[in-house]
Amino acid sequence: MEIVCLGLSHKTAPIEVREKFAIGDSHLGEISAVLARMAGLREAVIVSTCNRVEYYVAAEDGSEALRQVEAFAAERAQMPMGDSFFRLRGDSGIRHLFRVASGLDSMVIGETEILGQVKKAYLSAQTGGATSRCLNKMFQRAFNVAKEVRTQTGITRGAVSVGSVAVELAEKIFGKLEHCNVMILGAGETAEMTARSLQSRGAKAIFVSNRTYERAATLAETLGGKAIHFDEWDVEFGEIDILIGSTGAPHAVVPKAKLAPLMSRRTDRPLFCIDLAVPRDFEATVNDLDGVYLYDIDSLQGIAEEGIRVRQSELTRCEAMIERHVGEFAKWLVTPVPSRE
Amino acid sequence: MERACLLASTVCFFFGFAYTMYALGARMLRPSRGSVFMMGAGFVLLTEFLHLRGRAVGRCPLTNLFEVLIFLSWALVLLYFVVGGTYRLSLLGAFTAPLAFLLLSVAQLLPSASAPVLSRPSAGFWPELHAALALVAYGAFALAAVAGVMYVVQEKLLKKHRLNSFFHILPPIAELSVALQRVMLAGFTLLTIALLAGLLAGSPAFYKATMLVSGFVWAPYGVLLWLRWKRPFSPRRFAWLAVGAFVLALSTLGALNFLHISR
Repeated sequence: MEIVCLGLSHKTAPIEVREKFAIGDSHLGEISAVLARMAGLREAVIVSTCNRVEYYVAAEDGSEALRQVEAFAAERAQMPMGDSFFRLRGDSGIRHLFRVASGLDSMVIGETEILGQVKKAYLSAQTGGATSRCLNKMFQRAFNVAKEVRTQTGITRGAVSVGSVAVELAEKIFGKLEHCNVMILGAGETAEMTARSLQSRGAKAIFVSNRTYERAATLAETLGGKAIHFDEWDVEFGEIDILIGSTGAPHAVVPKAKLAPLMSRRTDRPLFCIDLAVPRDFEATVNDLDGVYLYDIDSLQGIAEEGIRVRQSELTRCEAMIERHVGEFAKWLVTPVPSRE
Repeated sequence: MERACLLASTVCFFFGFAYTMYALGARMLRPSRGSVFMMGAGFVLLTEFLHLRGRAVGRCPLTNLFEVLIFLSWALVLLYFVVGGTYRLSLLGAFTAPLAFLLLSVAQLLPSASAPVLSRPSAGFWPELHAALALVAYGAFALAAVAGVMYVVQEKLLKKHRLNSFFHILPPIAELSVALQRVMLAGFTLLTIALLAGLLAGSPAFYKATMLVSGFVWAPYGVLLWLRWKRPFSPRRFAWLAVGAFVLALSTLGALNFLHISR
């Protein structure tokens, strides 16, 4: 039995091509089953996400299987295959699946969402009756490899964007963000994205304060928060855990002299200050105050870059782990199926 | 057999700590598994040592400073397993292991470590309960100090923007602060019960003196918890004070040993 993989991804095809070949979640099982029933093919699993469409097939004849899958995919998309597709056979196909499941082939190296998507695709195919001995074993192995890579290396460690760095830091200060209130000073785009990241992790309430009240109101409405007049932001300060600065002010709008008396009223409640503005909105010395943690845009970007660097430095270790599993699986694949008699 | 258990348990705590340091250096996401295993093995061996020693002395093995320090290490690790699981403070073991190792090492260097083991009559239920509970309370204070050190380290990393391996593995400061407070409260409650047990132990001069020493530890912790409740200072200062208070508590063990010798 041979494993083949035909696919395209963000590395090989632009979105205009990927969207033509994409398959909705609800159809994955059914289409995998159709493919598996085609002459010469034994088993099939289709992984389709916004970044990739990949057909994994087990067949007796790899060349014939690739030809059939190509024809099938082209017919479904009603467009020629072109150069966007990669064709992998044997160990290369197995290795590719293990790399994909481990997040090594993702746009953001080490991201973990892809593992869930691969699991979902496999379950759909399995439910549709499109998998059997080979692909069941290969996908189970892929999930184990992904788990091993994630837990034994630093490939998922560290945040790699300003928003995710902000979330990671907030979680290291407050734990769960469900009881955290966020306030945005200004109405910058990065501030909005950061606030959304915090919201996606459970941040409770968002307050927006801007010199132009209408802009604050618009952003507050978008985020489902509350707009506050700029000269009244300190009135709500007692309830705030995360303060994001993104005004266009030419001077610091949060000097230490202003923050110190406000902090003395809340000795037990830390404050996470995210300064996304240039010129900066917070005086650098506010970080010296007890319970205040200040990060400016340079710090956040530096941490994100460090996260990327750490992940890249872990690649060699991950590849070595994957190679070991590829060897073991390939060995298993050529082992004769034990007779039931 | 008794000595072998003690020695093996000391080695376990050392390797528990060393393994965590290695795992952190190797950027493993879960450095606690090997560490927890070594801590568990160390705890079992220490329990066996106390069991054998208890049988040999014919009472709760708290007859000299050597046994007291070993009992304290045992209580510390016991509480680590209770609290570490509750608060999911996975790295607590990495910080608890070196403290347990240190206490055991110091214990084995004491002159009383090589003293002959003599069977002694039991001091009675209440005095033994007082001593055992007081030491478990000391264990809780030790764990509070460990949580305090973890808080101080994590807080420093956050302030200095140093997001290294420790930063990723250490729990959030808010969780550490809560854990510290609760463990300290548990220790204070246990020590209060121990003092009440001591009051029921009778009135010989020796017990009055040990009660005084216990009270000398009880009072600062009471004040500390009261201040925490009133919140006049930051959690960072509270963490430092938890470490300081434990050093004070530890120093009273020397006074207790002196009382034992003079008795």
